[in-house]
Amino acid sequence: MNDQLPAIIVLAPMFGALLVSLVGNRDHRICFPVALVSLVISMGAAIAATQQVFTSGPIDYFMGGWEKPLGIGIQLRIDALNSLVLLAIGTVSILVAFFSIRRVGEQNTEKTPQFYVLYLLLCVGLFGITITGDAFNLFVLIEISSLTSYGLVAMGSSRRGTHAAFNYVIMGTVGASFYLIGVGYLYMKTGSLNMMDIRTILASNAEVADSSAVTIAFLFILVGIWIKMAFFPLNGWLPNAYSYCPSSSACILAPLMTKVSVYVMIRVMISVFGLDWIFSNAGWSELVVWLAVIAIMAGSIFALAQREIKKMLCYLIVAEVGYMVGGAWLADDGWWGLTGSIYHILADAMMTLCLFLSAGIFARRFNAVEISDLEGLFKRAPWTSVGFVIGALAMIGVPPTCGFYSKFYLIRGGIDAGQWQFVAALLISSLVNAVLFFRIFEIAHFGNKPAEGHNQEDHSREKITPQDGPWTALVPLLTAAAIIILLGLFNGQIVELIRVALDDLPPMAANFK
Amino acid sequence: MENTVTSLLPVWACLASLLAVPLIVIFRKEIFLRELTTFVAGFAKLGFVLAMLPIILEGKVITTTLFEGVSGINVPIVFRVDGLGMTFALVASSLWILTSLYGIGYMRGLKEHSQTRFFAFFALSLSATLGVAFAGNLLTLYLFYELLSLSTWPLVTHHQDKEARTGGRTYLTHLLGTSVAFGIPAIVYTFIQSGGDLSFAGPAILAGNDMGYVTAVALLLAFTFGFSKAGLMPFHSWLPGAMVAPTPVSALLHAVAVVKVGVFCVIRVVTGVFGIELLEKLGANLVLCWVAAFTVITSSLIALSQDSLKRRLAFSTIGQLSYIVLGVALLHEMAVTGSVLHIAAHAVGKITLFFCAGAIYVATGKKYVSELAGLGKRMPFTFAAFFLGSLGVIGLPPTIGLISKFHLVVGAAGSGHTALLVVFLISTILNAAYFLPISFQAFFPSKGAKGEWANATFSRANIKEAPLACVLPLCITAGLTVGLFFFPGVLLNLAEIFVDSVK
Repeated sequence: MNDQLPAIIVLAPMFGALLVSLVGNRDHRICFPVALVSLVISMGAAIAATQQVFTSGPIDYFMGGWEKPLGIGIQLRIDALNSLVLLAIGTVSILVAFFSIRRVGEQNTEKTPQFYVLYLLLCVGLFGITITGDAFNLFVLIEISSLTSYGLVAMGSSRRGTHAAFNYVIMGTVGASFYLIGVGYLYMKTGSLNMMDIRTILASNAEVADSSAVTIAFLFILVGIWIKMAFFPLNGWLPNAYSYCPSSSACILAPLMTKVSVYVMIRVMISVFGLDWIFSNAGWSELVVWLAVIAIMAGSIFALAQREIKKMLCYLIVAEVGYMVGGAWLADDGWWGLTGSIYHILADAMMTLCLFLSAGIFARRFNAVEISDLEGLFKRAPWTSVGFVIGALAMIGVPPTCGFYSKFYLIRGGIDAGQWQFVAALLISSLVNAVLFFRIFEIAHFGNKPAEGHNQEDHSREKITPQDGPWTALVPLLTAAAIIILLGLFNGQIVELIRVALDDLPPMAANFK
Repeated sequence: MENTVTSLLPVWACLASLLAVPLIVIFRKEIFLRELTTFVAGFAKLGFVLAMLPIILEGKVITTTLFEGVSGINVPIVFRVDGLGMTFALVASSLWILTSLYGIGYMRGLKEHSQTRFFAFFALSLSATLGVAFAGNLLTLYLFYELLSLSTWPLVTHHQDKEARTGGRTYLTHLLGTSVAFGIPAIVYTFIQSGGDLSFAGPAILAGNDMGYVTAVALLLAFTFGFSKAGLMPFHSWLPGAMVAPTPVSALLHAVAVVKVGVFCVIRVVTGVFGIELLEKLGANLVLCWVAAFTVITSSLIALSQDSLKRRLAFSTIGQLSYIVLGVALLHEMAVTGSVLHIAAHAVGKITLFFCAGAIYVATGKKYVSELAGLGKRMPFTFAAFFLGSLGVIGLPPTIGLISKFHLVVGAAGSGHTALLVVFLISTILNAAYFLPISFQAFFPSKGAKGEWANATFSRANIKEAPLACVLPLCITAGLTVGLFFFPGVLLNLAEIFVDSVK
């Protein structure tokens, strides 16, 4: 059984999806238990695999026993890097499954089975992207997750949602095609699609590695992934897609899609092209970090300009993507930027989840779409507020939440690399986040128009009965909030695991800078 | 070599008020139980702190690691109690009990809303305060520092009106803004310079570092402005802004806990991060001295012109905080001792004054100095306490303020900076000028004085004090101001133990 762990992780939700599509239409009540069970099986397998990785090294799995030299074999590989991402995907998908229970039913009852089928297939795609060891299969799995997410975005009843989904389809397809073109070039030069093979060939054959075709391949792949992760200025599709879709869809897509794309970028950088090859190109690191700085600043400024809660959160994602891309490209001596970037994948997944769950509850309970609709929130929904405030504090970067520590590592990387513009951008973005969220806190605490003076009438204001979300929404929210704090408190141990993943990396020597 | 004792006592002292928070929320309908929780937590906290006192007085240091870091990469979250931390913890935890009593009297007297939230966040901010007091490294210090900024915001904005919102904005933008803009870069720079060490144990973090004069001055200023709770100008205006808070908050937090956390951090930075030796070698401390001296004089001049009693007290606090900063920046043994003592001395004096301001407001609704003429005849206990509190803050006998100020002045003289000695003396005159007339006018209103009680006569029938829960605490703190003058032994010992450890 233990040998089959990688397959189980991907196949459990796939069979779950099949089962839901077969029997879900007869009785909608069966959809959620099936989805939950298959996700829990995946999560269990992911935990077992993670344990195995950290005790006895990476797990290689060849689908159907086709070994890699044959070229068409599907290799799954779980190592220290992606096992952590697997756990994040598992956690988020299970928590959001709870959140989705009644949410789907309320909006559009006859679509319940369809939602869960797409949901589970999305998880198949995400799990697959994370553990595949094959560059072409990565494309296939990206397409699986993208196609399902187009569906999930379009599921809502609003017309803006459909329009946003169409935009998303176009941009997403362009991104995937770019990626595929890049893989094509790479196959032309190396004759392999297996990541480890390509890496070996590029490392051993300088002629191939130095050819402009490989450079072009890298650029196509990179831009393709950047579109998928909404790296500014390729972010046009994201804000509308995530703010006009059903809350359950937003809650699973927003935390995972961009973060998994960042993981893909890091995976391609480390395991396909090699960091020494990438950073031997003079000026690339500086250029991308500047782009990241622009992304962070642009995301923050656009977020400041928003009046809708979800739109604001979406632009924050754009800024956070800038954090992670910049960190991965810092190229400092100790790889602290890259470490911070990987840690931030986990941290940001939980932070985004927490905030989108809160936004989902706001929308559901109070029909709150705009920030000004949150008047008196702290009184009206105290427990939801607790989750929201913790998520917000993590975004600002207040210790001991994980948001503080990821910034800490990223800033350390920026200073080590001497890329001060990145350090400044991180600090400015923290300040902007503080302004953004305290603006909301003020409205939640004082109301839109606070009383002019402090007088006795204030003291007898009418009692408000709290209207928190249902437990199916509240439990995931508070769990996510707790994880945010735990990730922060145990950042030392987690970073140690990440460093295991980065152990084999070449030391960042000055000679290829 | 310092003796280290490992004990969970500092953790319990910190947790005592944190665990009270959920209980206070649970008992929100049972007001008696809610208030009882606060007191039980307060006495438990003080008990834990007192239990540590003998160990510290033996010259030992208590440490506990809360969360392990990974060696070479991470800095653990760690508690370390030394003489300085002990002094501060003692002051904060004992005054919390008195403030709770006072708070009950004040909040009930004014029928304030959301009292549960008030007491819950009060308990939370006390945990953060003790966390700062016991912080064993720069990261832990910063962590609790930020927690304190955030947990006091709901207290500052308690009234939830327009004024509170403005005050709250100033409060957070100053405190969070400076800590992110100056504090974090300073900490990260220190982290890199020291090769990953942020611990206060052993020699100072940057001791033996070969940084230049300009770097040292820049880093020192980044730290002191980053910890803007210390109220150094030009980042002081959050404190007057925070006066919109209910008076118990101003009393404990903005005369004791929050502001003292600021100067506490500055003391830690000077002694624990740079080390006296390094600063002395570079002479970088003089810049900080003059920033503090400027703040002392300017804030005293502004205080003179304030008619709102609480604002006058706030500007006086800004000046007194800079005394402490100035004392430690002088790097002289006596001056540093004076700084540590002044944390306690100013705390008991200023909390008395704030308690009095609140009691006056509860009893009469008056907020302005000009309205108080003759009121002493109606509220003799309050104004007697106010008088003693003013003596404490000015530094006149028979109050503890004299002892701390004496050390500061001797230190200033000893370090050879005559100009700074003059600053202390001028400031003392200014302090007297803005405090003593208040008590004097209250008891002996001048002929032409306006105000309801200008012509009141002194008789038992006229006495109409605030509720006992308000008056009792302020009498106790006034008593402490005087009592500590006669029995300063423990405080002096703690201060000397601390100064010995950082010499």
